[in-house]
Amino acid sequence: MIPVCRLADLPTGESVRIDTAPPIAVFHAEGQLYAIDDTCTHQDASLADGWLEGCLVECPLHAAAFDLRTGAATCLPARRAVRTHPVTVEDGMIYVQHAAEEGTAA
Amino acid sequence: MKSVAVIGASLAGLYAARALRAEGFDGRLVIVGDESHRPYDRPPLSKDLLTGTTSPDRLALADAEEIAELDAEWLLGTEATGLDTGGRTVLLDGGRTLATDGVVIATGAAPRRLPGPAPAGAHTLRTLDDAQALRADLTRGPVRVVVIGGGFIGAEVASSCATLGHHVTVVEAAPLPLVPQLGDTMATICAALHADHGVTLLTGTGVARLHSEGAGNRVTGVELADGRLLPAEVVVTGIGVRPRTAWLEGSGLPLDDGVRCDAGCVTPLPQVVAVGDVARVDGIRAEHWTSATEQAATAAHNLLAGRTVTTHRSLPYFWSDQYGVRIQFAGRRLPGDTPRILEGSPDDRSFLACYEREGRTTAVLALNRPRPFMGQRRALARAAQPATT
Ligand SMILES: Cc1cc2nc3c(=O)[nH]c(=O)nc-3n(C[C@H](O)[C@H](O)[C@H](O)COP(=O)(O)OP(=O)(O)OC[C@H]3O[C@@H](n4cnc5c(N)ncnc54)[C@H](O)[C@@H]3O)c2cc1C
Ligand code: FES
Repeated sequence: MIPVCRLADLPTGESVRIDTAPPIAVFHAEGQLYAIDDTCTHQDASLADGWLEGCLVECPLHAAAFDLRTGAATCLPARRAVRTHPVTVEDGMIYVQHAAEEGTAA
Repeated sequence: MKSVAVIGASLAGLYAARALRAEGFDGRLVIVGDESHRPYDRPPLSKDLLTGTTSPDRLALADAEEIAELDAEWLLGTEATGLDTGGRTVLLDGGRTLATDGVVIATGAAPRRLPGPAPAGAHTLRTLDDAQALRADLTRGPVRVVVIGGGFIGAEVASSCATLGHHVTVVEAAPLPLVPQLGDTMATICAALHADHGVTLLTGTGVARLHSEGAGNRVTGVELADGRLLPAEVVVTGIGVRPRTAWLEGSGLPLDDGVRCDAGCVTPLPQVVAVGDVARVDGIRAEHWTSATEQAATAAHNLLAGRTVTTHRSLPYFWSDQYGVRIQFAGRRLPGDTPRILEGSPDDRSFLACYEREGRTTAVLALNRPRPFMGQRRALARAAQPATT
């Protein structure tokens, strides 16, 4: 389990990048927490810098969008999904579990 | 419309083909491209491909599955040499012809070159083959590189060469590079990135000629217009591009700095549309990745409709990566618009600035500030087009 930050420090609409290898982006969207691989599958932009709209995050470089719930790329230029990772909150602290390579949402 | 020929098998051509299929076109789709490669992405050529952090196979714009879904006939390694608009025929090299009901012109642009033949070691950068040839010259050990032209491509090449450990000089004819795009203040800040990384920027002087010697006629230096000689083993010329319209001469289509078309990417002939770097859409020719992709959707829609039913009115946007700094720009800046820093600082090479004219924001520029940039870009896009398109 990787500690992310305090829930209170990640208000709705915000995101944070954690420097795992590869890095993970954690989002607080519409009252839900989501964690996905931070690097856009199109090129090399950080999705934590992306634009959050509902359950979608738009990449800040060429506007590919990903569904935070499944990691699926919902529009070009990205074609591959990003991995999703389980998120939990304990005692007001957000934790991410780094999903194993096999657990990718294809 | 039973058949469509897309001429140019790159970004705009592929996106147009995709859009045609997405709009339900189920006729014959032929894609003609003079390069031997399937569509690949150009922006990484001057960045990650040159530095070796990505490989050619990772630049493909469509994977095998998508190529299959597209159900197109690919004529690669084939150059279109003419368009007979009356006969609805595309002429191909080798004397072949292609009869078609609709044509998408997506032939892009080619680099401007210095006059005279290019000696070995002198490069331009547009295609994957260009990039691989340049990279081959850069991986034989440290060399002196002179980059002619300080625009975005020149700056990216300089940055990549510096990353690889080469000794780099950029020569720019204007007093300052990037002024037409960014204006004086912001151009000064971006030009300073070169010095930050040990790259010399020489401005206000043109190039007289290249020196070369030996049996292989290899480049040895660049002679400047003021007489100075810069020794160099590798020279890269990045002095802009010209739209590839030569093959359309005699077709009757209006060609002046690109294929002239209306705001819907439609030429005076409703069955011929133009997209990407080759298209001059409503008086403006853009040379950016995002315009190429967005125009393709508009053009495909109008081609199938048989007339302009939708127009391309999105906000211009481009990015550039140099020296670890991501530069992003959106909007329509006019000379005289005043830049104002909204957050961050030029000293940190990380800031967000907007250009203003009479109290209105006309454009936005960011260095390493992607998230707030996106917010500004969206706001600008909303303000620019309240009407539906
Ligand atoms: C090195 C480099 C870096 C770039 N970096 C950025 C960036 O960071 N950000 C950004 O916004 N933009 C960038 N661009 C610009 C972007 O790549 C272009 O805007 C985009 O490629 C335009 O797509 P296109 O399909 O219109 O033209 P092109 O990509 O030029 O494709 C045209 C294709 O048509 C073929 N062709 C031409 N004539 C014929 C003919 N007669 N018959 C058959 N085929 C023909 C050409 O060989 C080519 O394959 C960069 C470009 C280059 C070269
Ligand atoms: S890097 Fe994300 S869309 Fe291109």
